[in-house]
Amino acid sequence: MIRLIVGVVVGLSVLVTTALAADPLEIGIGYISRAGVKPTLSLVEQPAENDGVAGARLAIEDNNTTGKFLNQHFTLDEVRLRQGDDAAKAAVALADRNGFIIADLPADALLKAADAVRDRGTVLLNAGAIDDRLREEDCRANVIHVAPTRSMLADGLAQYLVWKQWKRWMMVVGSHEQDKLYAGALRRAATRFGAKIVQERIFEDTGGARRTDSGVTLIQRQMPVFTQQAPAYDVLVAADENEVFASYLPYRTWDPRPVAGSAGLVPKSWDAAQDQWGAVQMQNRFRKLNSRRMTALDMQAWTAARMIGEAVSRVNSGDHKTVLYFLKGPDFSIAAFKGQRLTLRAWNLQLRQPILLVDGRMVVSVSPQEGFLHQVSELDTLGVDRPETRCKLP
Amino acid sequence: MRRHCLVSGMAVWLAGTLPAGAFIAYVSNEKSNTVSVIDTDKWAVIKTIKVGQRPRGIEFTRDGKFVLVAVGDDDTIQMIDTATQEVADTLPSGPDPELFVQDKAGKILYVANENDNTVTIVDIEKRARVGDLQVGVEPEGMAISPDGRFLINTSETTNMAHFIDTAARQIVANVLVDARPRFAEFKRDGSELWVSSEIGGTVAIIDPAKHTVTTKITFDIPGLRKEAIQPVGINITADGKTAFVALGPANRVAVVDAASHRVTKYLLVGQRVWHMAFTPDEKFLLVTNGISNDVSVIDVAALKVIKTIQVGELPWGITIAKQ
Repeated sequence: MIRLIVGVVVGLSVLVTTALAADPLEIGIGYISRAGVKPTLSLVEQPAENDGVAGARLAIEDNNTTGKFLNQHFTLDEVRLRQGDDAAKAAVALADRNGFIIADLPADALLKAADAVRDRGTVLLNAGAIDDRLREEDCRANVIHVAPTRSMLADGLAQYLVWKQWKRWMMVVGSHEQDKLYAGALRRAATRFGAKIVQERIFEDTGGARRTDSGVTLIQRQMPVFTQQAPAYDVLVAADENEVFASYLPYRTWDPRPVAGSAGLVPKSWDAAQDQWGAVQMQNRFRKLNSRRMTALDMQAWTAARMIGEAVSRVNSGDHKTVLYFLKGPDFSIAAFKGQRLTLRAWNLQLRQPILLVDGRMVVSVSPQEGFLHQVSELDTLGVDRPETRCKLP
Repeated sequence: MRRHCLVSGMAVWLAGTLPAGAFIAYVSNEKSNTVSVIDTDKWAVIKTIKVGQRPRGIEFTRDGKFVLVAVGDDDTIQMIDTATQEVADTLPSGPDPELFVQDKAGKILYVANENDNTVTIVDIEKRARVGDLQVGVEPEGMAISPDGRFLINTSETTNMAHFIDTAARQIVANVLVDARPRFAEFKRDGSELWVSSEIGGTVAIIDPAKHTVTTKITFDIPGLRKEAIQPVGINITADGKTAFVALGPANRVAVVDAASHRVTKYLLVGQRVWHMAFTPDEKFLLVTNGISNDVSVIDVAALKVIKTIQVGELPWGITIAKQ
């Protein structure tokens, strides 16, 4: 009887000894990143060449510190695509050597990569694409989403604006496809949380250089004119994912109003200013390794690689099917310096997470806001919830 | 935190020669950079001591002459002279010290340094750093076995309790627990080690001889989401019968039958309840409420909150001894 009890107990705990002579369990993680670096309006926000992968590298170090005690060893196999490279081909090559691939790819490339490695059971962790459709009509059983969705970001922002009683929004939308998607998410958020979009304006991208010697003078003339004669509003919400105009809006609107969305108060998964819940240690470790500050993409990649490390340490196996089974199960959760445990939405494999609202210098607030209740998890007040999902996983 | 004070002088106090309230509590206020001194006779703050930046871990030395307080952002541990109630000296530590524990004799201090995956060993008398131990990522919780043979360190991102042989200064076992282990506490008879996992939301009961998790305590509070239940501080009565677990943003202290490991009651305290300390007679348990900036006093026999004392901003740690 006592034996029996001990057996059960060992099943739920893991006993580890230090003097391990056997070869370590080797876990290979691939990392595939998109071609090119997005130019930003603000020079200080220009992403580093290693944006994202730098976070994964830190997580590998963290996993290996733990792995030292468990006789597990993690490696990162990095591939950076160039313009015109086929993401599916690169993913297949990575899958030859690794059971897991962290992907920072645009939506279509991500789907191609996922489908190319589906039959061998390779697990993809989406660290970079925020498109809701990847978790909805285009969801895949072998893709876990670590990046938040556009709708989670929009809902996180909307909850705060509503809490602040800034319920009348004037929305400016860029002319690119992603801007329209973001605007759609913001419209949905406004309806859900009781804000009103009093007017929408389109800001056409007519091309041109982002930096010119006399740029400021021109912008100072353009932006007030562009925002004049608006109906009464509390906050200007900008949807500009391609860095065309949003960062020009703060302090330049015709009416003195705060700006939010793609500039001003911005919803993000992480920020270099985040210092709550033990995050300072994380920021310090990151800076020590990479000599720069940690971005949201770095954090998403760190979390992805830590999720694999966490699952491997729990199941004591590097088999990708065993690990995926654990990640999808009820016992999985990950600590990621967000003040609460993060878990996966079983219906579409999206990581639940709080959304930070940042102004470039400080974390202004963290959503979900108090009072936005949910019967399962308050984190499910952010984004598309189970009853509305269009994802059908096998 | 108050382990040593109980060991050092409880027999005398329990004899009943002193009035029940003749104790003094020191509370570290993480945001104010101060330590509040509470007279448990008056249940009032009688002094506020300016200390270094970001005071967290706080504990009386075993001889009662000093209160040690880890000031993380100054990368040191300050020594408050209990006679003058002023900072009198400092101890070296690694970067960002948070929690620490003394050996049985009160000569050696083991300090968890969150920033560089090490535990620093400090000779208290010589005020000198005498060694370092490599542990997991973000070391935090510290405990010493009642026989003094094993030091326990929990690492927050590695999610382990490391068993360190204090004589050999080597890790002898690692036990995996749930996410973000914050605090470790032995039963006085050494039969069990309790480790709280803040993000995992559980307390693991570890068999210190077998190095296995024998059971896990979970908490279920009607009307509260699972994510809000974040166990941190643990205090177990000297007789090993009752345990108290601070549940962070759940704003409650769980009362646990320490034999059956069942939760018997939840006591509503202030916001983000963090660490706790018994008065040496174990009649009262004082708990720090980080967000409401106060300390709740729990009557241990009645299992009721009887008093709230305003302290500095973000109270974090607490230690209590004889006046």
